[in-house]
Amino acid sequence: MAITLDSKVPAGDIADRWSNHRFSIKLVNPANKRKYKVIVVGTGLAGASAAATLAELGYEVEAFTYHDSPRRAHSIAAQGGINAAKNYMNDGDSIRRLFYDTVKGGDYRSREANVYRLAEVSNEIIDQATAQGVPFARDYGGLLDNRSFGGAQVSRTFYARGQTGQQLLLGAYQALARQIGAGKVKMHVRTEMLDVVVHEGRAAGIVTRDLKTGEVKSHSAHAVVLATGGYANVYYLSTMAMACNATAIWRAHLKGALFANPCFTQIHPTCIPASDEFQSKLTLMSESLRNDGRIWVPESSEDGRPANQIPESERDYYLERAYPAFGNLVPRDVASRAAMRMIDAERGVGSLKNGVYLDFADAISRLGRETIEARYGNLFEMYERITDENPYEVPMRIYPAPHYTMGGLWVDYNLMTTIPGLYSIGEANFSDHGANRLGASALMQGLADGYFVLPYTIGDYLADYLNVPPVPTDDPAFITAEQEVSDHTHRLLATRGTRSVDWFHRELGKIMIEHCGMARSRPGLEKALSEIPALRAEFHADVRVLGDASGLNQALENAGRVADFFELAQLMCQDALDREESAGGHFRLEHQTPEGEARRDDIGFSHVSAWEWRGPGAPELKHREPLAFDYVELAQRSYK
Amino acid sequence: MDVKLRVWRQNGPTNDGAFKEYAARGISPEASFLEMLDIVNEELTAAGEEPIAFDHDCREGICGTCGLMINGQPHGPQQGTATCQLHMRKFSDGATIVIEPWRAAAFPVVKDLVVDRSAFDRIIEAGGYISVATGSAPDANLIPVPKDAAEASMDAAACIGCGACVASCPNSAAQLFTAAKMAHLNLLPQGQPERFLRAIAMVDVMEEYFGSCTNHGECETACPKGISIDYIAHMNRDYLRGQLANSRLAGQRG
Repeated sequence: MAITLDSKVPAGDIADRWSNHRFSIKLVNPANKRKYKVIVVGTGLAGASAAATLAELGYEVEAFTYHDSPRRAHSIAAQGGINAAKNYMNDGDSIRRLFYDTVKGGDYRSREANVYRLAEVSNEIIDQATAQGVPFARDYGGLLDNRSFGGAQVSRTFYARGQTGQQLLLGAYQALARQIGAGKVKMHVRTEMLDVVVHEGRAAGIVTRDLKTGEVKSHSAHAVVLATGGYANVYYLSTMAMACNATAIWRAHLKGALFANPCFTQIHPTCIPASDEFQSKLTLMSESLRNDGRIWVPESSEDGRPANQIPESERDYYLERAYPAFGNLVPRDVASRAAMRMIDAERGVGSLKNGVYLDFADAISRLGRETIEARYGNLFEMYERITDENPYEVPMRIYPAPHYTMGGLWVDYNLMTTIPGLYSIGEANFSDHGANRLGASALMQGLADGYFVLPYTIGDYLADYLNVPPVPTDDPAFITAEQEVSDHTHRLLATRGTRSVDWFHRELGKIMIEHCGMARSRPGLEKALSEIPALRAEFHADVRVLGDASGLNQALENAGRVADFFELAQLMCQDALDREESAGGHFRLEHQTPEGEARRDDIGFSHVSAWEWRGPGAPELKHREPLAFDYVELAQRSYK
Repeated sequence: MDVKLRVWRQNGPTNDGAFKEYAARGISPEASFLEMLDIVNEELTAAGEEPIAFDHDCREGICGTCGLMINGQPHGPQQGTATCQLHMRKFSDGATIVIEPWRAAAFPVVKDLVVDRSAFDRIIEAGGYISVATGSAPDANLIPVPKDAAEASMDAAACIGCGACVASCPNSAAQLFTAAKMAHLNLLPQGQPERFLRAIAMVDVMEEYFGSCTNHGECETACPKGISIDYIAHMNRDYLRGQLANSRLAGQRG
């Protein structure tokens, strides 16, 4: 079947597109909404907000999470804030400017119309969250406070101390809980989606495994929404929560959903460096720290003195030096690569020489310790708890870590994948961040999709299926999918090899961070492409998963997730090899300016690469969605 | 460093459980407590024994998934710290560490150290929200909120829903959790229309599952986010006022 990528972007001036689109798409009559069932997988910001809103509208909703409560998704760990174009600070912000910054920040690899819509609905998100009781920071007049954040030259970031993601998620969770309490959402906790069921070319439902009892079960619906987050755990060490995985989107990919821009991954510059080899994850600290902290390394790679004994003249504030206009506030990809270059030049600090300093001494002497404590107290505490060092006295040590994945399932303007009736929202899709996401934009996109985009656009698809019942779960399509899920599970248990799941995951992570991490090259990617299949074969021959499938078995859950990471890793490397340019988080050593900055190829690669699965072992087939830039002029990003 | 573990093992909700002893050897003091358990689990797997089941996810103290009773203290010896942020440097070399699941009738054991805390969700579903359908919100700056009130609300909203308060309480009461969730909303102007209905609905469901509060104050000490028991007084006041107030007059001041 030939696939055509129709982005369904409406015509007209960009400022009118979303409202024209809402007018032109089909609606479902309020009295008819209850006749439709929608499945939402994942209950983070995107999933919880979508499930709650769909239920408020009257749809019958079933929501699924592998957590013990919908409140625990990893959206909860976002610290810094959420952007909106309110212009409350009167500093020249506008929808147009937020749109422009996001397209530019994404290194001109996102779809203009989607980004404009995101900027447009950003203001409604703040209104909605505030009305839900999200305790955003306020000034003494009782009005909302904003700060500047991660590469923006206006203050447009709303925040709730360092816990913005937590508070926004609790807002969405509470809205969802209201609908669960009212009986309008059926919530399935500790239930993991293991396959998407496609019937006559349309999404018909999902197959799940109950993590407490092991029961494999089918659920059918008129439409399925995947809000299952990103795939940065392919690197093993990342800032993701331990259970974050790609299984849901990968299974959808295997069933025909194209996967877009898998190589666009983000490495976040302000994480705490690893302290030993057993480290299970890396901890991120909000990049708001870069507002007041100054980043430096010693001039000399031989310098072994403690930070406070190194005189000013022997310090290299390398970001301020190389990027005088933006200084320590350059976008994440730029800051991360600069840190990597310092470490590669053996100018790293700390006992493993795997960090750079983030120093608050100047800010403390200028503003006083109290102000710094008010701004970053909880982050300083967290840092001290993990490292046993007091950042008020000695500079923090930071290092970049995989943090977010811009790639994801390809979706059209309606957020529908290439499988009709299958939607993907939040980090799970690819749509809005291009090759690099700006700080405080992930929360914005997750909630935009869930509260304000999907609930409208899904009606356009559903309207055609009025009074058509969902495919029954005893249909052969469901029975086959259930059987495949059970077989896969039992194969993992039957292998009884010698190595643990974590061992394989760590090895995969090492290959990925070395060859498909902050800097990529043809020889490196080719090496990875030969190593991954070998490791994958070893995994299937030698993994050891104990216990059985009839109850809670965390190693078994993990084994299924890691099995899918192998295939995804392969595709990431294939995409990275194919994309012969540097853009945002994708940095190819072959494509850089003499100063070491990313060099895009706008003639060859101004497109979305959407990959089609063609069976195990076969290279995937690339489809292109050309990107047109009518409202933002293409330019080489400059933060100097 | 080397430590000896006494870990509660229980195969399922209806099985009997028992303590089993394990040795954790050569652990780095820089390792987190859960990384120490990861290492033990790797060794168990290599030796052919099923790994210890324990709940965890973000490993940065915010998702509230982890929760272990360590030497009789919820989340272990360090105050204001969730289990995942506890590090082995807080223990001495050669120590014996007893690890149990949360113990409470409302939190049945799923397996080993994993418990079912869904009773917390029932409390929220009863009224722990502000009823505002998507799209119906006014401009965010229409209603100013005094900074102190916003801060007090945020202090309560910091609750991660881990259940340490229940685990620490001799009565297995959930007063601190419920009060924090309630105060977060009841302290804000946006939460006023449903304030008393919320108080009654949440307390009533809480009492279906959990024990009563007898002012031991263990919960405040155990709370990884340092949430104050003052909020319990606030909840009791709102509950009492809710019983007496005439909701038809709620639009009036005072």
